[in-house]
Amino acid sequence: MRAPATTRRSGGARRLSPALAATDTAGVAKRNLLRIGRTPQMLVISVFQPAMLLVLFRYVLGGAIRIPGGSYVDYVVPAVFIEAVLIGGMTTSIGLAQDLKSGIVDRFRSLPMARSAVLAGRTIADLARSVVSLTIMVVLGLAVGFRFHNGLAPILAGMGLVVFFGYAFSWMYATIGLATRDPETAQVAGILPFFVLMFASSAVVPVVTMPGWLQPFARNQPLSVTVAATRALMEGGPAAHDVWLSLAWSTAILVVFFAVALRVYQAGTA
Amino acid sequence: MSPMIEVEALEKRFGATRALRGVDLVGEEARVLALLGPNGAGKTTLVRILTTLLRPDAGRARVAGHDVVADAAALRSAIGLAGQYAAVDELLTGRENLELVGLWYHLPRAVYRRRAQELLERFSLAETGDRLVRGYSGGMRRRLDVAASLVAQPEVLFLDEPTTGLDPRTRNDLWAFIEELVAAGTTVLLTTQYMEEAERLAHRIVVMNAGTVAASGTVEELKEQVGGAVLSARVRDRSDLGRAAALMAEIGGGAVHTDADQQQVDLPTKGGTPVLIAAGRRFEEAGIGLDDLGIRRPSLDDVFLHLTGERVAPASPEVA
Ligand SMILES: Nc1ncnc2c1ncn2[C@@H]1O[C@H](COP(=O)(O)OP(=O)(O)OP(=O)(O)O)[C@@H](O)[C@H]1O
Ligand SMILES: [Mg+2]
Repeated sequence: MRAPATTRRSGGARRLSPALAATDTAGVAKRNLLRIGRTPQMLVISVFQPAMLLVLFRYVLGGAIRIPGGSYVDYVVPAVFIEAVLIGGMTTSIGLAQDLKSGIVDRFRSLPMARSAVLAGRTIADLARSVVSLTIMVVLGLAVGFRFHNGLAPILAGMGLVVFFGYAFSWMYATIGLATRDPETAQVAGILPFFVLMFASSAVVPVVTMPGWLQPFARNQPLSVTVAATRALMEGGPAAHDVWLSLAWSTAILVVFFAVALRVYQAGTA
Repeated sequence: MSPMIEVEALEKRFGATRALRGVDLVGEEARVLALLGPNGAGKTTLVRILTTLLRPDAGRARVAGHDVVADAAALRSAIGLAGQYAAVDELLTGRENLELVGLWYHLPRAVYRRRAQELLERFSLAETGDRLVRGYSGGMRRRLDVAASLVAQPEVLFLDEPTTGLDPRTRNDLWAFIEELVAAGTTVLLTTQYMEEAERLAHRIVVMNAGTVAASGTVEELKEQVGGAVLSARVRDRSDLGRAAALMAEIGGGAVHTDADQQQVDLPTKGGTPVLIAAGRRFEEAGIGLDDLGIRRPSLDDVFLHLTGERVAPASPEVA
């Protein structure tokens, strides 16, 4: 009686095969990429913010900050790269909250798609957007006087580290979006971790200028070690220690928030 | 004929609100089960539990043989859902919306592309299918949402107020389409505010009120519950409404209902013409001017009123 198109399955709540989960994720990523392409103004905004900070650091504050043994522009532009991908992560929280609010997530949940696909597809599409804005930041950075002082391989490794950092944090932002369920609230809630990571760090000014109690945190938090590793990879200098720390931080954040986000997503069917 | 939807002692609460307080019902294969009930009765909550969007607090429910909690994954492959509020993607075209749903049901690409095209044509969206949904009217979104629920030709279809906001012609189209689906073997559970829709489509009706099943049965069975007939008087002068209601209560037979908007007083009755004649005489003696007095077969609307104490939305939906 049924057309052969109907997929009839038996058995209980068994897991989908990895191949089907990948198909589902690709479908969600495609959906989100189509949406990104159709709202270019959003892309412009997410590039505009780091671009503004770049100009601010380079021309407004840069003159007052001394970097021992280097130029400030080479010091701060790698931090702007990281900031660009972090802002890309914020769009993940806003987008997910929007989907929850619009009711489209109800449709997703009523379909036999992999549970992780909605989140994985979203973070992957936002990653693509982050790579675009990172590329634009490289061009802008070069335009304001930033220069690479290392070989191509370490430079690309530095870019990879930045992208991985951004991807890991997009899962933290996914969790924020799922927990707040409201785009405006998600946006406000996302600013706090952004400011703590960005300014209680070695990203913009050297840590030695900060009060003593803040220094241990500012030196070792994930953004600081990533920016230190990125600077070393792009500008030369010993990189291994900070690269390992950055990889460890990003992996830990990815694993933890992947699990938490998935749990919060599923708890939505309370 | 076997049950495709089985619900037993289902309960759900949201904080202090008891949205469902022990619901039992059965939906037979290839039949339409209509859920009727005033706002807040728990219809959407029940649909959301049956489609695995919510977990029940107590009780059991199975759809197409799959438990809503233990076999949720398998259940999702067997159902289609068009929820109360259209869940379509504004920034995709109608076709993209349908094709992606097909992909997520794990249909082969060629199949879901063909299905998307068929459904666009069937729901009069063929011309607009390649435009962004952002530019669709409310009725077009609603149709696309229903179409999305049909992409995988589900065994059981859940439609939560599917024709709210549709114009009469489109509503009729959708009714005809649902009839076709059911003739081909699909089981349908729909909620509605429109008696006309329930009378036309439903093999069985469940009237819900405040989280419980107030009554269930075929349209005819439900009408029997109200009594044989309804004595209905419309007063000329609104100020006579109270006296008219008191007078009807004296005649007796059932609970009197006053509808102030219509200036009308209704009384379920088992008596026939003699009751009508007696009532006419009493109204005359009391000096209450009437625009209309008559005995009619109860409508589903009367059943609803009788069971829930509320009139449903307009008897016929307004044009969107
Ligand atoms: N997520 C929720 N949180 C809190 N209360 C809820 C939630 N969902 C439903 N309710 C409450 O549960 C009750 C039943 O709601 P439900 O949406 O199931 O009613 P309904 O019969 O579909 O009404 P309508 O005809 O207005 O669509 C209502 O009192 C409602 O306020
Ligand atoms: Mg409802």
